[in-house]
Amino acid sequence: MATSAKKNTSKKLGSGNVSNSNPEPTIEDLKKYYRDMLLIRRFEEKAGQLYGMGLIGGFCHLYIGQEAVVTGITAAQDNTKDTVVTSYRDHAHMLACGMDPNGIMAELTGREGGYSRGKGGSMHMFSKEQRFFGGHGIVGASTSIGAGLGFSHKYKKDGGVAIAYMGDGASNQGQVAECYNMAALWDLPILFVIENNQYGMGTSVKRSSAGTLYRRGEGYGIPGEQVDGMDVFEVEAAARQALDYIRGGNGPYILEMHTYRYRGHSMSDPAKYRTKEEVAGMKQDRDPITAIKDMLQEKGVEESVIKDIDKDIKEIVNNSATFAQESPEPHVDELWTDILVSEDA
Amino acid sequence: MPTNILMPALSPTMTEGNLAKWIKSEGDSVEAGDVIAEIETDKATMEVEAVDEGILGKILISEGAQNVAVNTPIAVLLEEGETANDIGDVSTDTPAPAASADDQQAEDAPAASHDADQPEGAVIEDRDILYHQGIIIEPPPFDEASFTDVYEATVREALRDAMSEEMRRDETVYLMGEEVAEYQGAYKCSQGMLDEFGADRVIDTPITEHGFAGIAVGSAMNGLKPIVEFMTWNFGMQAIDHIINSAAKTLYMAGGQLGCPIVFRGPNGAASRVAAQHSQCYASWYAHVPGLKVVSPWSAADAKGLMKAAIRDPNPVVFLENELLYGDKYDNIPSSDDYVIPIGRAKIERSGSDVTIVAFSIMVGKALKAAEELAEQGIDAEVINLRTIRPLDRHTILESVKKTNRIVVAEEGWPFAGIGSEIAALIDEHAFDYLDAPLARVCAKDVPLPYAANLEALALPQSQHIVEAAKKVCYQD
Repeated sequence: MATSAKKNTSKKLGSGNVSNSNPEPTIEDLKKYYRDMLLIRRFEEKAGQLYGMGLIGGFCHLYIGQEAVVTGITAAQDNTKDTVVTSYRDHAHMLACGMDPNGIMAELTGREGGYSRGKGGSMHMFSKEQRFFGGHGIVGASTSIGAGLGFSHKYKKDGGVAIAYMGDGASNQGQVAECYNMAALWDLPILFVIENNQYGMGTSVKRSSAGTLYRRGEGYGIPGEQVDGMDVFEVEAAARQALDYIRGGNGPYILEMHTYRYRGHSMSDPAKYRTKEEVAGMKQDRDPITAIKDMLQEKGVEESVIKDIDKDIKEIVNNSATFAQESPEPHVDELWTDILVSEDA
Repeated sequence: MPTNILMPALSPTMTEGNLAKWIKSEGDSVEAGDVIAEIETDKATMEVEAVDEGILGKILISEGAQNVAVNTPIAVLLEEGETANDIGDVSTDTPAPAASADDQQAEDAPAASHDADQPEGAVIEDRDILYHQGIIIEPPPFDEASFTDVYEATVREALRDAMSEEMRRDETVYLMGEEVAEYQGAYKCSQGMLDEFGADRVIDTPITEHGFAGIAVGSAMNGLKPIVEFMTWNFGMQAIDHIINSAAKTLYMAGGQLGCPIVFRGPNGAASRVAAQHSQCYASWYAHVPGLKVVSPWSAADAKGLMKAAIRDPNPVVFLENELLYGDKYDNIPSSDDYVIPIGRAKIERSGSDVTIVAFSIMVGKALKAAEELAEQGIDAEVINLRTIRPLDRHTILESVKKTNRIVVAEEGWPFAGIGSEIAALIDEHAFDYLDAPLARVCAKDVPLPYAANLEALALPQSQHIVEAAKKVCYQD
């Protein structure tokens, strides 16, 4: 349901079922999605376990339940030139970008082998190589920084698109409106992805947000669309269309992903603001990974093939946990490095 | 191998908890993500989920147990094909954390010892860091007298010339802000730049400081070098989150991978009769933050040489100008493209032997005027123009005080936690024994700036206040 597209796209986006808008997914597609999403889930479960053992400190926001969003969008983006920025629930985005699980887990444990050598932690990691620009702990900052990445793509004429993720809570920040305005005014190549998991910490969208999030760009002429964020095919199809629109020089696009996090806002959240039945129902009926697993089985893929993927992922995740515990704490001199770049660098 | 399930920490502060309820029983098979038990913490009752699949082989801590310490084994999980008989061969799946390689080095810690392992471009060169390690180094070298070709221009033209020269030199440099392009700058600091560089590089923004500062920061992270003009620094407060949280802290949080080369500039401090919301000095606000450099020019030559340095600097630089100085004309501005004043180096504007007066921005002119008056009264004052607020040129200040044994610090900001307070701490720590009198501060009065002409004049520091303070430290009042 695209609304008021400035330069209207002819197709009705993201509302059909997959087989209408996409060719039937191949077994290889299904296996890839299964694998990518399972890596995120098992990684996050392991992070939760290490947190429970006191090996990860501070805040730790898990992505469990939302896997289809970042997996579908990453499948649609151009991984040779697009840039990505997100907020603090960021482990999955880094895994999806192709960052090394060992380096991510070791950053969570605050060790030398972490992406920021232990100085950033869960919410602050970056990889210039994989064009991942954080990991930002200030809610809403990813939209302005994302618009800046979009600005840089346009300035350098490199054909890249910035993908800026925000939560439903962030979408109420003033800077989001500021960036919608400038991104539209200057036709910046940016895809705004609202990961609407229904709760900004403990406050439901109904209690925090007037109107409809995907329509917040309307006044600026930015098309927006609601997508079933629990369905990786819907996500990918919507992202492909949006990215085509953006790459056509038409300016920004907003995708509001309806998704759900199974865990609390952070590790210490007992989640009293929603019922157990609500969470159980989502896990039971809408789980994005179970859906793909069922499709694999329907297509006659043998249980052993699925088990092999499970085993493989388990090994990657266990290795990352081992690495993250064996890697030493940062050298004490790290306290004093990376505050300023040397001028002759 | 059987695996222990441990009592989890469910918050940053939890050390023990009660095992309220077992949801699964011995012999039950569990999938990753299944809720197996409920734990009561000091704050709430929370669910414990299984991380691995398997069979709950044995419950070690029974339901209702109180004060179970975090990391105590509470149950044993068996893999497919294992039985309770295999328990005893338990792996806790927790490799011992490597002994900190730093224990030894921590004791003999000199910063340089680890240099070889640093990534390129992240060496310890920060003068502020060295200072906290007890080292005060000389400022970067600069032979100002070697620039003999000079021209005449105002401060605003010098700023424009600096920005234009750097934009000609480096295509990644661009200027962004309210009214910088078609209007030619709210204070005409970008006169002619739109014509020369076009609308892609001289960019008018909407009135939306938080947003465009964030956009500039994002573009700097991806290879551009923005100059962000705030119409005044008062409006820059809307953007302070991006200046500090996004620009200043990223290099550190990214372990040196990703920096933010950017200049935030605009007029700072009081103008004339614009009252409290338009008249504030932000020097001590930004100088407080590690990861930022803070520069504040006085003369046209300062403005040109420091602006060029700020644009070339790979770090975020806060550049504090002054509206009342924009129209001042000077005939001694070096015309060389290479006139780049090193950040971190102060300038002795007037040599003297009786008292040191430290000032920056508009207060430099007032200090020089005060020095003339003091000379008539037989006091020979040395005037230091800081040029850079952070990293502070501590060396030049200390050398001067060791010579004069007296010091007055003049600033337009408020006294509390001001630049004068920082310099007072410096003198106390490193030149206490050289002092013949306590340091004196000349600051704005500790009030929001009033509008009425007579009150405004009373609130702002004037050259007469510097004269009085200098006489006081010379015991001639």
